[in-house]
Formats: sequence, structure tokens, C-alpha cells
Amino acid sequence: MLRPSARSWTKSIPRLSARTVNSRWESTSAGPPSADGRLDLNRTNLLRTTRESSLKTPGIKWMDDAPTSTSDIGGGRETRKMNVYQAIRDAMSIILTKDDTAIVFGEDVGFGGVFRCSLGLAEEFGRERVFNTPLTEQGIVGFGIGFAAMGQTAIAEVQFADYIFPAFDQMVNEAAKFRYRSGGQFNVGALTVRTPTMAVGHGGLYHSQSPEGFFMGASGLKIVIPRSPIQAKGLLISSIRDPNPVVFMEPKVLYRSAVEQVPIDDYTIPLGQAETIIPGSDLTLLTWGTPIYHCETAIGFLNTPPEGLAKHIPESLRKARVELMDLRTILPWDVKGIEESVNRTGRLVIVHEAGRTAGVGAEIGAEIQKRCFLRLKAPVQRIAGWDVPNGLSYEKFHIPDPVRIVDGLVETLSY
Amino acid sequence: MASLAALPRRAPRLLRSLTRSLQTAADSTQPTETPTASRPFTVRLHDDTFHGYKTETPSLEVEVNKDMLIEMYQKMTLMRRMEMAADALYRQKLIRGFCHLATGQEAVAVGMESAMTPEDRVITSYRCHPFAVLRGGTVKGVLAELLGRQDGMSNGKGGSMHIFTPSFFGGNGIVGAQVPLGAGLALAQQYTGKNDVATFALYGDGASNQGQVFEAFNMAKLWNLPCVFICENNKYGMGTSAERSSANTAYYTRGDSIPGIQVNAMDIIAVHQSVKFAKQWTSAGKGPLLMEYVTYRYGGHSMSDPGTTYRTRDEVQKMRSTQDPIRGLQKYIEDWGLATEEELKTIDKESKAEVDRAVEESKASPEPDMNDFWTDIYYKGTEPPSMRGREREEVSFV
Repeated sequence: MLRPSARSWTKSIPRLSARTVNSRWESTSAGPPSADGRLDLNRTNLLRTTRESSLKTPGIKWMDDAPTSTSDIGGGRETRKMNVYQAIRDAMSIILTKDDTAIVFGEDVGFGGVFRCSLGLAEEFGRERVFNTPLTEQGIVGFGIGFAAMGQTAIAEVQFADYIFPAFDQMVNEAAKFRYRSGGQFNVGALTVRTPTMAVGHGGLYHSQSPEGFFMGASGLKIVIPRSPIQAKGLLISSIRDPNPVVFMEPKVLYRSAVEQVPIDDYTIPLGQAETIIPGSDLTLLTWGTPIYHCETAIGFLNTPPEGLAKHIPESLRKARVELMDLRTILPWDVKGIEESVNRTGRLVIVHEAGRTAGVGAEIGAEIQKRCFLRLKAPVQRIAGWDVPNGLSYEKFHIPDPVRIVDGLVETLSY
Repeated sequence: MASLAALPRRAPRLLRSLTRSLQTAADSTQPTETPTASRPFTVRLHDDTFHGYKTETPSLEVEVNKDMLIEMYQKMTLMRRMEMAADALYRQKLIRGFCHLATGQEAVAVGMESAMTPEDRVITSYRCHPFAVLRGGTVKGVLAELLGRQDGMSNGKGGSMHIFTPSFFGGNGIVGAQVPLGAGLALAQQYTGKNDVATFALYGDGASNQGQVFEAFNMAKLWNLPCVFICENNKYGMGTSAERSSANTAYYTRGDSIPGIQVNAMDIIAVHQSVKFAKQWTSAGKGPLLMEYVTYRYGGHSMSDPGTTYRTRDEVQKMRSTQDPIRGLQKYIEDWGLATEEELKTIDKESKAEVDRAVEESKASPEPDMNDFWTDIYYKGTEPPSMRGREREEVSFV
């Protein structure tokens, strides 16, 4: 349900439903969102806060038998209000229930983990299946690789994505190449490494980084980043069951703040497919994780600029229809899906929190300009973190905020 | 046969319980002569203050004097007050993000500082605030850094784990990563031919299981580096107790061929004596030494950890009330007639006033200049031409 503080912002908008979630964001009568770049999910229309909209999540695939009643939407399936960490916990609980070989381990995971994603799992499934490891990232991932190489399901947690670098060798040289270097005899497809990523606003140098780009060259790995509780649960279950090692990065600012009605059953959302969240025809705005919500705000700025921004946004651009896409799987990314969209819109703006140079946006931009060269009406634009370390005091300037994003939209639309 | 089969299972448990048997009283040192305020005198540490591995332990007889003990007291109270102020600022949401306090572990930093020289080098990980002050920084410099202000010791760029002075190579946000750096510092000291200096590389019982710690041990021993590895064992690596993370919790024995000493680090005189011993060790060309400081943190791992989900409140309360390093030193000073309770209270008040002043000055310090956002990344003048925010299309509407 929308929270009280969101009412003034949404009073003229029809109550959120599956249809409006998928349809274009109507903002003409709404007040301006905050321009300070702070994540404010009270205002978003992208979260599925009703059972009906939840069960209609595109791409959702039920992995168990339908309940007996089939008269209702979704075959009578139930949903429960969950935030991202609860949805992650729910996904791991389903896996632990159905897959006897599955174990969950990492630093402090036994008592729930620092972000509470494994809360109560040790009590429910036993401490031999959900347990703390010593503080040794390289060891955790190496250990997970060994376990998975025996065909058993390993769900490892690296406490912050910033700590993944000690395990980089294990992931890139061991996990990614295991199948290839054994000529297909062995693999570590049963390995999933979960890790909290992106900024919270004040994490500083070693608690706010987005390292997904560093893994782009590691063929054999998959990288997945969800944007919401429903997505987190479905994509995590897909990742764990995927026959390849997956790095599952969870945007930590969303753990508590993003709340949806999440189906309680076992379901998956496909890997390797981007999702069009808001359809459009004039520009493709591509992102993943936390910036999804900043992009939504930026589209609002473009269509209905607040007073302070109005003079920077030409009248002629305000009716532009921006297509918002969530990449979801970063590696291997949905080349066809993005290509199809850009061929329609002729413009591509990519937003990510990691630094711009050699970030994921660089690869996507290069590939899309090759595939869509004659259809492009403007150069591919990247709006990313600056190429500087994440200094403590500067975090709010570092992360792409709605103002920088709308600036990029205006520049690309008026090229 | 049944009893034989049971043996291997029992033996490790037995060993494990023995390894932490070192007593950690903060006030068990006794004078061996009548203490006087006017000249140095000798005290004797508790018989169970040090355990050795492949080496003799330091002498239990320690020469102390009034000035030294009073200075220790002054510094320990100042450190405690500073950490308490940081705690309060965090709760007021003025300090954001990550903040790790060393409350309860004051005898480590202050005791070490009392026996080191400014030429020695120190490097540690999370619990770095006391070292930053004692090694040439200021309380204001630390608090302003935690607040992310210009007057912070890293100009607000670092925060809790990233504070440096010329002789202190800082906190480090990746636990364990500082240990090989410490070996490198010691290599530089050896290379430049200074044989009366050492590097003290600290890490926690949590970090002790990182692979690179063992890599550093090997190199330090192989090259006979003047490196003193110090495992600050506060019993918990984040929320996991030492027994549940480490197969061998006798951290002072984990250097393989590197001799080790376990130290009661709640008694500041024991810490002082151990550093004196370590300095003599490295100066004599005996190479690296591993010391385990058995200590205790009163708070959680960080501010978001209440510190009571994995240990009992009783345990924390018991340590605070019976083995507090500051109260232990206070008892020495009063029992030995070096200062009265009132005089020590005055010192405590002065520490509080100094910290209060630093809090206000830190709060008054401005936010860092936006132009510094992209400084200190490359050497000045060698930056790439298009570093951040310099291109027309990247200017935002602030």
C-alpha cells in the first residue's frame, strides 16, 4: 500500500494497479519529487503493492503445482508484504526446503547476516546447513566452488560487494573457468554468491562500491542485480537453479525501503532478459538496481519539471516518451532486447552507479552503436558515478541523481 | 575400544579450553618495593600475564614511574571520552555510515604508544581512532573526519576506517589487507638500515583467518623483517566468537616458525612491557614476532551492531565492572600513592572538556570543498585531462 506521505503526490493518480504499473507514468497533476538525489520510495509507482499486480509480474513462472482454486487471478495464489531482505530470505527458505543439498554460509550469516537476509534460517533448517564462516572472502568463495563442484547447491554470502576483491581470483580464475578448463567434465553451476552492492548515501570508500563491471570479462559467470522484492525473490531462485555460477548483487539501500506484495510460492523470473518497465518511443533509458527509481523521478522531471528545473527543460521535450528498462542480468546482458528498443527509439541513455570509464555502460554503448548505428539520432549517453573513489563526504554528489539523469535526457533528446 | 574412540573427539575440546586460560585482570600488578612519586620503582606483573610460543616471555619485573602512569591515565580517559563522543554523535545522526569504537581496548593503543618511538610505524584496520590521536593526530581531527568535515584528518574523504598520520598508516576497510602492508613497511625500515625501529601491524581475531595474513607471516620470517604482528583478540570477529571462527584460538601460536607471546592486554603495564620486549627483539635482528593481545570490546562491532545478540549482557557487564583497563590503572595509581582520587577526577574532567571542545569545533568545521572531490586521485598535475565534472555536458544544476 502507498504510505500516507505519498498521498498528496498521487492523489490525482488512479490507485496503483497492474495495468498502471505497466502503462506509462502519468505525472501531469502530481507535485514535484525531491530534487536532492535522496532515494524516496514513497513516491514510486514501480513497486507492486497489491496482490493482483504482484501476481501479474511479467515473466513470472510458477515452479510448483497451482493451488486448487483456479477461479481467482494467479490461480488463487497468495502474496505477503515483504521488503527486499525478507524476499531474499523467502527465496533461500524455498531452496533449503526443496533442495536437500543446499547450504547457506558466509560471515555472520548464522545469526541472520548484517542485513538480516538469513534471519531465522539457521533455527529453521539447522546450523549444519546455515552457518557462519571465518572472515575470509577468498576462502568462502573457494569453499563454495569446491562444494558446488560436487554437484551440491552452495549459496555463499560476501558481506559487502566491496569485499569481493579478495575473492576475485577465485571467481574469475576458478568459478568462471571451471567448466571450460575441465572440458565440460566438472562445473560449479550450483554456486551462487550473494553480495550487497551500491551506495546507501554514507557508506564511504569500502561500503558503497558497485563492482559489477569488473566481472564483465569473466565469461562463464552470470551477474544479476534485482530492483525490488518480487524481482529479488524470482531472480535469486533462478540464479541458484541456473546451471552456471551466478554473482547475485543486492542493492543494499533497497533492503528495507523497497516493499511489495510478494507471491509466497516458488517462482522464477528469467535470467538474461531485460524488462521494459515503462514503455516509450523517443528514448531508451537503461539501468539496473537502485538507479531505477532515480530514473523514474528523472522522467517525472522531464514531463513536469519542478520550478527550479523548468528553465533547463525545453517545452518541446516535455512530451517525450521515455522507455525505462531494467537490465536485471548484467552478464550475459540482453543484447537483443536492448537493440530492439533502441531501434524503435533511436536514443539510448545508460545509468549506473559504478564509475563511467570501462563500466558496464561502456560495453553496452559500444555494442549498441554498432548494431543500431543508422537508427541512432544521438550518441549513446552514459550517466554514471564519477571516476573517483567513493569519498565519504561526497557520496551524494558521486551517485547519478535525478537531476543529472534528466540533464542527460535533455541533452540526448535535443542532440 | 569405546574409550579410545572417544579420545580424539575430546582432546581438541580440552586443548581449546586451555588456550584462553590467560588471566585478564587489569589490576593484578604488585609493587616489589615501596612506590614513591619522586623516582622510578619496580612492580611485578601477575605470574600469568604472558604465555610464550617458541620463545621466553618478557620479564615480569617492570620499572615504572609516576609521570608515565599519569600520562597513561590521561590518554586512556581521553580515548574513552573521544569514543563515547563518537557514539553520541552517531546516535544524533551527525556521524553517518560506519563507525567502529575501541571502547574497552584503550590499554592496547595507549600501552603500545608508551613504549614505541615516533620512528616506529603502526598500521591497523577498523579500530583505529586511538592510534590516530596518539600518533600525532588530534581528537578534533578524528571526530571531524567521522563527521565528514574539512578539518578531518583525511579532509572528510575517509571516515571512520581511514585516518592517517606520518607514523600511522591508518585504518583499513578490508580486514586483513593491512597485514602484508605492515610487512612492507617493515621491509622499508630494514632496507633503509634503521635497526632500532619496528613496524607494528595490528589485526583482529576475525582478520586472523584471512589468507594474506599467513602470506605476510611467511615473507616476514623469510626476510627476517622487523615486523611485530599483533592480533588484537577481543573475542569476537564482528558477531562470531573466536571459538566459532578459528580452529586454533591460540593466536600467538599461529605464526608457525614465528615466535609468539600472548599478553594480558587489559593491564596496561603488561602491554607496555610487551612492546619494550618486542622492540628489543626486532632491534637485536631477531626478525618478526607475533603477539596476541587478549582484550575485550564493550560495544558492538560497529554502531549498527548492538553487540548483545551473540554474547550476553552479563558478560559485557562483568568485563566492564571487573576488568576495565582504566579502572585498573586508577587503582594502581591510588593504591601506590601516586595521586589521589580527586586528582584523577580532575584529569578525567579535563579529558571530557577537551573532547567536548573538539566536538564543537568539529561540528563547526565546514563540509569539504567540492573542488577536492577529484583531488588526491592522481599525483597533482598528472591527472587525466577529463577527470570528472570538467566537461560541459557533465555540469549539473546544483
